Amino acid sequence: MKSKSPDPPRYDISKSPPVDQVGVAERAKRFTTRSIKNECKRSGLQLVLNMIDLTTLEGADTPNKVKQLCYKANHLHDSIPGLPTTAAVCVYPTLVKTARKALGKSSPVKIASVATAFPSGQGYLDLKLEETKRAVGDGADEIDMVISRGKFLSGDYDYVFDEIAAVKKACGKARLKVILETGELGTLDNVRRASDIAIHAGADFIKTSTGKISSAATIPITLVMLLAIRDHYYKTGQMIGMKPAGGISNAKLALHYLVMVKETVGPEWLTNEWFRFGASSLANDVLMQIAKLEDGHYQASRYFSKD
Amino acid sequence: MKRLEVLKTYKLYIGGQFPRTESGRYYSPTGADGQSLGNICQSSRKDFRNAVVAAKGALGGWASRAAFNRSQILYRIGEMLEGRSAQFVDELIKQGSTEADARQEVEDSVDRCVYYAGWCDKYQQVFSAVNPVSSSHFNFSIYEPVGIVAAIAPEEKPLLGLLGTVLPIIVGGNSCVVLASGNSPLSAITLAEVLATSDLPGGVINILTGFREELLPFMVSHMEVNAFVASDLSAEHLKTAKEESIHNLKRIIHHKENIADCESPYPILSTQEVKTTWHPIESSISGGGKY
Repeated sequence: MKSKSPDPPRYDISKSPPVDQVGVAERAKRFTTRSIKNECKRSGLQLVLNMIDLTTLEGADTPNKVKQLCYKANHLHDSIPGLPTTAAVCVYPTLVKTARKALGKSSPVKIASVATAFPSGQGYLDLKLEETKRAVGDGADEIDMVISRGKFLSGDYDYVFDEIAAVKKACGKARLKVILETGELGTLDNVRRASDIAIHAGADFIKTSTGKISSAATIPITLVMLLAIRDHYYKTGQMIGMKPAGGISNAKLALHYLVMVKETVGPEWLTNEWFRFGASSLANDVLMQIAKLEDGHYQASRYFSKD
Repeated sequence: MKRLEVLKTYKLYIGGQFPRTESGRYYSPTGADGQSLGNICQSSRKDFRNAVVAAKGALGGWASRAAFNRSQILYRIGEMLEGRSAQFVDELIKQGSTEADARQEVEDSVDRCVYYAGWCDKYQQVFSAVNPVSSSHFNFSIYEPVGIVAAIAPEEKPLLGLLGTVLPIIVGGNSCVVLASGNSPLSAITLAEVLATSDLPGGVINILTGFREELLPFMVSHMEVNAFVASDLSAEHLKTAKEESIHNLKRIIHHKENIADCESPYPILSTQEVKTTWHPIESSISGGGKY
């Protein structure tokens, strides 16, 4: 099968600059010292809600669980008026149809589907492409693929590059998020290299983690990826999205991330078009903080729907 | 050469850790001799909020422990307290007790631990009930913990009052956040060191120091807190407590007598909920005794 768009030229990883680990850690710490209060906090929290990819990726997912998730994405907490919807729901490919039906055609909530042998990425390339096409055919607006970490770590960078480029083609109009699974890459240098490979191979978004291993998104790792995005933007003028996922479960931390985005790549990225949170429990914590701002009382989780 | 004395920094006890207050504030209560007792953390509402998060984390594990195991841990608190009684006597004297009163209070405190250790696996048997109903059901009522309890320890008898307040709360599987006596906070923080070495899981008892005027509204209005316990609130404070707690119909328990002098199982029940179960049974055809 031949596509009309030319294959992007492969990326030479020696072009990726080395990462100053100590410098990144220092810089990352600074983001957590900003004081964000009152109206500023309120609008930040609303923005966070609107950037969430509400996620369920469990073996035990059922159609009804996905329906419930879709309802929650549209109706985060109806007793507080004026709340946004989440950016998307994120589900397994087999449940995309269910989600499409549950959301209907007019909902602003997008459907993201993981694909390509999520979460390990250990699968045959043709099956990965087939899975991607079917998910898009079923109605997915966005595909979250995983890179082949095994190939990356054994030095086969071209394989990783070609695979991302092939999946991008298979996506058609759907936007492609490339999950690097940074917890398995070992070093920040590798995170930078993988980010550059993904960006050059055609990723619309780069994403930190699957959420399936204990080491997930952190501020330093996200910073390294944002710097890769920034360098690419300076060189080409093309914007790439960023999605930290896993381990961001409280509102305060999410606000720190927004600070980092604004101060690293700029305010243009502060929309769900270019920045997302992959999370399942973050939404409720943000809702609790908004409710606290509304009525002044510290909230209890039992008054907020689980999904 | 005179040795330079190493003084203890009194900090808070939250989630099994000893953090300083996030607010960075402190106050310096004075002892009987007019000397400062030290710089004590003046907790803020955010410290209270953090303590509730810790209490929530500890609640499930503590409530589902075997009652006998809770009993063992309470007894262990008594053991550790006994071993450090000299230190407690010293601190109580510093805070204004006479030596005889201080000794008595520490002894009573150890005894109080043993007393409530005994009740852990007994209050259910004594106070649960099988109820007579006129249908073919086996109907019984048992006690369950309400959840997270906020408490203010009495100003007087700072050690025994604090223990008398929190022990009955945790006997029944609740976790708690307690504000220590404002003028005599030393023994509360030293007690935290006892708790930290007694196999009591971190977060079951959290101890704050500071001013009740400041923290009371947040203790009673926090939606995650299920009950509030105190015994020496002023009429005005009690009114505030009742008004601010209406949002989640929190239970406000104000013990009439000084809780330090109250050795009784009834304070256990005030932070318990009664669950009644209707269990269908086959009715006896032979006309055996219906309830």
